[in-house]
Amino acid sequence: MVQAVSTNRVETEKLVPRAIREALYAGAIAFGLFVLLVGLKTDQNIRNELIIVQRWGLLAVVVALVMIGRFVTVVYIRPFIAGQKIADITTGLLPDTMAVRFFRLPYFIAALVVAAILLAFGASLAAAVGPQVGAYLGMVRGLAIIYALAWLLYYFRTFILANFSALGVTILVLYPIFIVAAFGFQGSLKWVDNFGIQILIYVMLAWGLNIVVGLAGLLDLGYVAFYAVGAYCYALLGTEFGWSFWILLPAAGAMAAFWGVILGFPVLRLRGDYLAIVTLAFGEIIRLVLINWREVTNGSAGISGIPKVTFFGLFSFDVSSPNYISKVFDIAQSGAYYKIFLYYLILGLALLTAFVTLRLRSMPVGRAWEALREDEIACRSLGINTTTTKLTAFATGAMFGGFAGSFFAARQGFVSPESFVFLESAIILAIVVLGGMGSLTGIAIAALVMIGGTEILRELDFLKVIFGPSFTPELYRMLLFGMAMVIVMIWKPRGFVGSREPTAFLFKRKSVSGSFTKEGHG
Amino acid sequence: MEYFVQQLVNGLTLGSIYGLIAIGYTMVYGIIGMINFAHGDVFMIGSFVALIVFLVLTAIFYSLPVVLFLLIMMIVAMLTTSLYSWTIEKVAYRPLRGSFRLAPLITAIGMSIVLSNFVQVTQGPRNKPIPPMISKVYDIFGISISQKQIVIVLVTVALLAIFWYLVNKTALGRAQRACEQDRKMAALLGVDVDRTISITFIMGASLAAVAGSLYLMYYGVVVFSDGFVPGVKAFTAAVLGGIGSIPGAVLGGLMIGFIESMWSAYFSIDYKDVAAFSILAIVLIFLPSGILGRPEVEKV
Repeated sequence: MVQAVSTNRVETEKLVPRAIREALYAGAIAFGLFVLLVGLKTDQNIRNELIIVQRWGLLAVVVALVMIGRFVTVVYIRPFIAGQKIADITTGLLPDTMAVRFFRLPYFIAALVVAAILLAFGASLAAAVGPQVGAYLGMVRGLAIIYALAWLLYYFRTFILANFSALGVTILVLYPIFIVAAFGFQGSLKWVDNFGIQILIYVMLAWGLNIVVGLAGLLDLGYVAFYAVGAYCYALLGTEFGWSFWILLPAAGAMAAFWGVILGFPVLRLRGDYLAIVTLAFGEIIRLVLINWREVTNGSAGISGIPKVTFFGLFSFDVSSPNYISKVFDIAQSGAYYKIFLYYLILGLALLTAFVTLRLRSMPVGRAWEALREDEIACRSLGINTTTTKLTAFATGAMFGGFAGSFFAARQGFVSPESFVFLESAIILAIVVLGGMGSLTGIAIAALVMIGGTEILRELDFLKVIFGPSFTPELYRMLLFGMAMVIVMIWKPRGFVGSREPTAFLFKRKSVSGSFTKEGHG
Repeated sequence: MEYFVQQLVNGLTLGSIYGLIAIGYTMVYGIIGMINFAHGDVFMIGSFVALIVFLVLTAIFYSLPVVLFLLIMMIVAMLTTSLYSWTIEKVAYRPLRGSFRLAPLITAIGMSIVLSNFVQVTQGPRNKPIPPMISKVYDIFGISISQKQIVIVLVTVALLAIFWYLVNKTALGRAQRACEQDRKMAALLGVDVDRTISITFIMGASLAAVAGSLYLMYYGVVVFSDGFVPGVKAFTAAVLGGIGSIPGAVLGGLMIGFIESMWSAYFSIDYKDVAAFSILAIVLIFLPSGILGRPEVEKV
């Protein structure tokens, strides 16, 4: 033990000059990277000519930040992480010393009190101290809530892990009720719509893609095409013929599945990256056709006025309709009812996807998918028809994409090709891989973190106080999203959930490490 | 006939640019077996750097020969994109080498998002037009060939020659080919694999930077999202030619260029990309590993 400490000290002494050297290198590289693109900005002058604006101050700040970051990493963060690992080996305990120090009961109570005070009197306090400090109060409130939640997660982690699905579903079902109770019907709109529905759409899409990528091991970079097919199916048939959502939902799913088979046929023989590029090309073809086939799809302008979903025809959420929900139940008018209804609708659709996936996995076709992912040659030798297996995987995945698409069209009331760009496919694929391919809970967590995290950026008002009123955090949304993708992938290459539940087992189901599952060749 | 030859010339120009970008994809794929999705955005960065250098040069010197302008633009763009590509490889791909196959694909997509949004944040989201650098057009037997097109084709041919020499005749190229065939064995025989991979990224990025400068010169406008479409088409070209094969990348680039210009000339300009992608799908049905690609031998 003594020896360990002394070697540590020697290392720390050597560490500082090394860190300075590395920081200088990092600074030089950062300077090279940013000198032209950050130090100089191209801007239009009044005559619409491009001119150069010099921003050396900003460049200096960026380079200095990189150097400081490098220095801190080398001197403090790396030894800290290494130290935590050593603690593991010597004590045989989990490295929770830091966590135990951080999550203490008094802190938890303090966080709860702060959050409660700010929730109750936040508005009047902010009015008293002015908007500048008020924004910081919002930040403190947010941090207190996050800390309290993290505390709960930390101390109940075994319970949570044991009952994850049940807890997750319960929380999702109760979520709108809590939100309405906390913020009222009008205030709930943002939380139910921007967070709840938005995240659940991605959860559903990622679960759908998971069938193709996670189970069958076929890399699909054009999944958004099926989403588009579903959305346009509802948008076109709904506006042209006035058909109900409940008829068109299965129709959109069937249509998307049909397109899945159409895509599946030519790519059956392709493997790996050839498959990836053809699926990407397919996604682009669908989008380009949507843009250019103006007579039918109205081109880039898109289709608007898509009818709303009715409550199974019993009552409608359309204000002008005779059986509008407020008239039927004699309650105050509000847009929130529709959003809450949509929330439960997408929750139901997403759970249906999960249910079907789980059931399929224990059926012959699902087992064939997983076998295909593990070893295609062995599959063929054992008499599995790889053609139908691949096609069913594409069709099933596409069908859920189609469901999600028709829901998307109904929710937005407007569709345009802008919503179905490659970036969306990339985001969905990223969620599947970041969550841990094949793991439904992991994918749901990844969607929550990635989509919820970027949505939360819209709420960060206090940043405007720091960086000035013209600062728009939304602009940095995708930048941070991309960085998060890289960082999470390097940190956990197997995704958030590193273990998989095997489908077939002897005597007892045991989780195995994700690294035992293959990722397929296709 | 004249119309057809005219389209051939246009296709050749376009195809040269795609070919230059496609080499970057195909080399990286050949050596580490991953799709470098960020390559299209490295091309865009090259284009932007060329734009900034052009603006700085015009602000400082009013009259310099255009050749010098282009040369400085290309060299600065090559240096900057090389640095970008090197950093990206180091930060996002190297830690995942030997990890499972989809992980570097996701970091590559992440890097692509980071690069395009970084340029959007720092340079603004608007189109950046520049005044035409070269506007002279020759008329040969009724075919109009602009000086720009000649420059593009000449630069491409010159670069390909240098590149061919580097890959086929130098120790560096031998190391690259060795790594491509068997990385582990190459390492055992004393090839510095990490260094070779870094150099591969740098070479690909330099070619992309030249393509970016030429793109800027040809179209006279660049925007932060410009990495995606040329990137995807160059990647399509690399796959069409057979990914991993350098002559295949050039051939694929030219094919995509010809398909695009012919389709826009004889059918409809709106569907030119649809045509390019459809032909890719059709070719791959019959030649599942591209035109010049080696069929993958499956070992059990």
